[in-house]
Amino acid sequence: MFWNRRRNNCQNVEAGAAPCLGPGMLNGCDCALSGVVKGCRCRIRRHHAHGAVRQRLLDMGFVPNAEVEVMRVATLGDPMEVKVGDSFITLRKHEADQIEIVNN
Amino acid sequence: MAARKSLLVGLAGQQNAGKSTIFNLLTGANQHIANYPGVTVDKKSGAYRDAQGRVEVVDLPGTYSLTSFSLEERVARDFLLGEKPDVVINVVDASQLKRSLYLTFQLMEMGLPVVLACNMMDIAESTGQKVDVKRLESSLGVTVVPMVGRKGHGKADLQKAVRQAAEAKASGPKNLIAYEELEPHIGMLEKKLAEHTNLAITAPPRWLAVKLLEGDEEAFRILDATHPDAVNLRQMVQTMIQSFEEGTNHSPADHIVICRDRLAARMVKACLTREKENGVSISEKVDRVVLNRVLAPFVLVLSVYLIYEISIVQGYKLTEYTWPVLAWLREAVSSLLPPPELLEDSLLRSLVLWMVDSANTLLNYVPIFFILFMLIAVLEDSGYMARIAFILDRIFHSFGLHGQSTLPFILGGVFAGGCAVPGVMATKGIPDERSRLATILTVPYMNCLAKAPLYILLINIYFAADKSWALFFISTITIIMALIIAKVLTYFVLRGKETAPFVMEMPAYHTPTVKGVLQRAYERTWQYIKKVGTIVVAVSVCVFILLQFPGIPDESMLNYTGRMEKSMADFRVKAAKAGGEAYQKYWEGENLEKLLLLYDGYRAAKMAAGTGASSVDGEYQAAYPELYPLIARSKDKAAKKITGLLRNLSKTRKTIRREIRGEKIETSFFGRVGRALEPVTQFAGFDWKVNIALISSFAARESSVATLGALFQEKADEGATLESRMEAEGKSGGRTPLGALAIIIFFALYPPCLATTIMVKVQTASYKWMFFSIIFPTVLGLVTASAVYTLGGALGLSGVEAMKVFYVLALALAAGLAFIPDPLMKHPQPTYVEQT
Ligand SMILES: Nc1nc2c(ncn2[C@@H]2O[C@H](COP(=O)(O)OP(=O)(O)OP(=O)(O)O)[C@@H](O)[C@H]2O)c(=O)[nH]1
Ligand SMILES: [Mg+2]
Repeated sequence: MFWNRRRNNCQNVEAGAAPCLGPGMLNGCDCALSGVVKGCRCRIRRHHAHGAVRQRLLDMGFVPNAEVEVMRVATLGDPMEVKVGDSFITLRKHEADQIEIVNN
Repeated sequence: MAARKSLLVGLAGQQNAGKSTIFNLLTGANQHIANYPGVTVDKKSGAYRDAQGRVEVVDLPGTYSLTSFSLEERVARDFLLGEKPDVVINVVDASQLKRSLYLTFQLMEMGLPVVLACNMMDIAESTGQKVDVKRLESSLGVTVVPMVGRKGHGKADLQKAVRQAAEAKASGPKNLIAYEELEPHIGMLEKKLAEHTNLAITAPPRWLAVKLLEGDEEAFRILDATHPDAVNLRQMVQTMIQSFEEGTNHSPADHIVICRDRLAARMVKACLTREKENGVSISEKVDRVVLNRVLAPFVLVLSVYLIYEISIVQGYKLTEYTWPVLAWLREAVSSLLPPPELLEDSLLRSLVLWMVDSANTLLNYVPIFFILFMLIAVLEDSGYMARIAFILDRIFHSFGLHGQSTLPFILGGVFAGGCAVPGVMATKGIPDERSRLATILTVPYMNCLAKAPLYILLINIYFAADKSWALFFISTITIIMALIIAKVLTYFVLRGKETAPFVMEMPAYHTPTVKGVLQRAYERTWQYIKKVGTIVVAVSVCVFILLQFPGIPDESMLNYTGRMEKSMADFRVKAAKAGGEAYQKYWEGENLEKLLLLYDGYRAAKMAAGTGASSVDGEYQAAYPELYPLIARSKDKAAKKITGLLRNLSKTRKTIRREIRGEKIETSFFGRVGRALEPVTQFAGFDWKVNIALISSFAARESSVATLGALFQEKADEGATLESRMEAEGKSGGRTPLGALAIIIFFALYPPCLATTIMVKVQTASYKWMFFSIIFPTVLGLVTASAVYTLGGALGLSGVEAMKVFYVLALALAAGLAFIPDPLMKHPQPTYVEQT
């Protein structure tokens, strides 16, 4: 199964209170950060990126178990802004695709 | 105490933590500061003195950690490892304490004596975070200095702490972090590495052990270079990494980060108290509007529009007050020079006046630039620039550029106030190799400061009625063209270069300080003035010489003097008839020439004086009581007639002088080149004068206007601005707004100036790209300008119409290109390796 395809499961979920990832995804689902709707909070599970990107993401605070909140997406739908710890980081959907998250 | 000792201090820290601010604070330097991550891309050193002696400070690029993945991290690391600074000032952003500590741990692991400059305490405070400095000090075991770099708070404490740290240096590396399950491996490697002393000199063994287990390539290189048994050790490290992964389900590299994160979290918990938990920060409140999905583009366009309106449109009105000053300056210089001759002025006079004219034309724009620089400083300092990158990344990305291209483009002159040299230099911060090259090759299309004078000049002459629209056209068309070119280059020329993602921190908004903004504006304006005073004047001298020689042939000159003499003889006859016997002696022999020059001088002085003309009258009346009735309007009938005759004679003189100058320039070396190019440039509507101006601008863009200013000499003596001079001559010469548009378009696509091409060479490390950056735009510019001029003419379009049509076409082309997929995306990316 392709990682990218799984992401779609998470996307069509209403924004709003806690469960951003939809029912059935609550326990240890593997969803990508890119599919998270604006305003939702979740936790980082692991990265699927390599090399420089992985390092940069880790350095910026995208460490496993960190809580992230999607602040907004840009006008054209990409990149997105994510709050992690005290910092606000922008990253493209392409990179966000490689960050696996679990519901908070 | 010991003898005076000089120190070497490095300033390390994460991007946008305020290192350059503190560097400037300590050394009094003018390192570029902006509220945007990754501004400093190269190290820069400066120094200060304290009671014990000299301290050399090195400002390093911002690094999130010290791996070898990115260039700026390598620059910082090579400095820290290679030069072994006596002290490292670790600048941290107090409002981002936890994340900042990752780097602090790494610096301490390297065995460097660290002083923690806890910067941006004001921001931490405003977001309700309270840092317990004493506690942080004791948990880290280093001195912590709370600072507000921008306001200069904490400077003395920092200097004191640096001295203390240097003296306590001997203590050696501190093992702050325990890497838990990884420790046995680290210990074993460390012991192996420590066996070889020459290695221990290059790098502390524990640090190297950690780095090797992280799989850092640079670490392996150090190992290969210094350890005799490198091959075996490599093997050992690989086995360790593998066995660790099998045992714990993640790589040592991740484990190391997790351990650092845990320790950082623990320290922050102990040392930082949050007053208002999770209150929404001011920055976030602003961003809710400014980055609102619907509003964001409008806010962006509005801010661009405001910058133009305030600086160029309003700033231009200021030049009405400054131009008389410059005209007066020219007058003052010319009065020191040998007086004008009847037909051909002395070389000294024409050369100096030429230089003054060149400089004046450009100095006229100083008020505009000062305002522009202030606005750009506000933009840089506020943090909005990072938002622009956020809004535009998607667009940039579809053209093969990168969100991080924003900074180079803005420095290069999206707002007409840039310079391509720092713009190209700033591309160093772009991690994506392909975008970096595409940015380097397109930054020169931006409206650098030096291009602005020509644009403003042409707009004021030919598009005066549609000024705002024309400015909008120029500022946006250059971006559209840059995007088109970037895409084309990405698709054809840069295929196969590496790419990288866009991951950037969004800095908090800061209120720009009045002092900072004024200082930056002043510095950049002064740089501009210096450039005008040096390079531009030097170029103008070269252009002058190339335009003066070989000079006109003798027969031609004889012809001109003959004509002049004939007119003078005519004057004598007519003047005698007019019945001014009393004045006869003033036009006998040589005297007529003097009279004529006096008349011309008087007229010029009156024109230049403008409203103060009556004082000129007074001066001349006092200085030449007998001659005054002849040159000025007088009641005496005969004198009045003679004044009229003088006016005619003066006209003849001017005509002949213009013809001489025209012939001289046309037959000069440069004129021949300009003429020789006409067959090619005629399709774009450039005549030889424009050709010369454009060629001379290769050395420095400003020279285009300087050269034009000197080429359109008519009435310069009366203090008329270049605008009115060119307008007058352009109307008689059949120059049209369409032709002006062609010049504007060519100039927008014009190859980078000399300094920029050198920078291109430096940044790409290749002559190939340098030559490419010269030849490609020349051809492209000429073809585009020709198409606009020829087709526009054939269709009978006016300048503004052609401008609109061209704009729509370019926009359509760009939009079409955006949908062509990235060549790299065609090949499916390698599927992700699941890490279990
Ligand atoms: N509020 C506040 N702003 C500060 C302080 N120190 C620096 N700044 C601002 O922070 C921004 C970043 O400062 P720089 O000195 O350019 O940061 P840097 O660490 O050199 O950044 P890079 O070179 O990009 O890594 C600028 O807008 C400064 O004016 C401070 O103590 N308080
Ligand atoms: Mg800096």
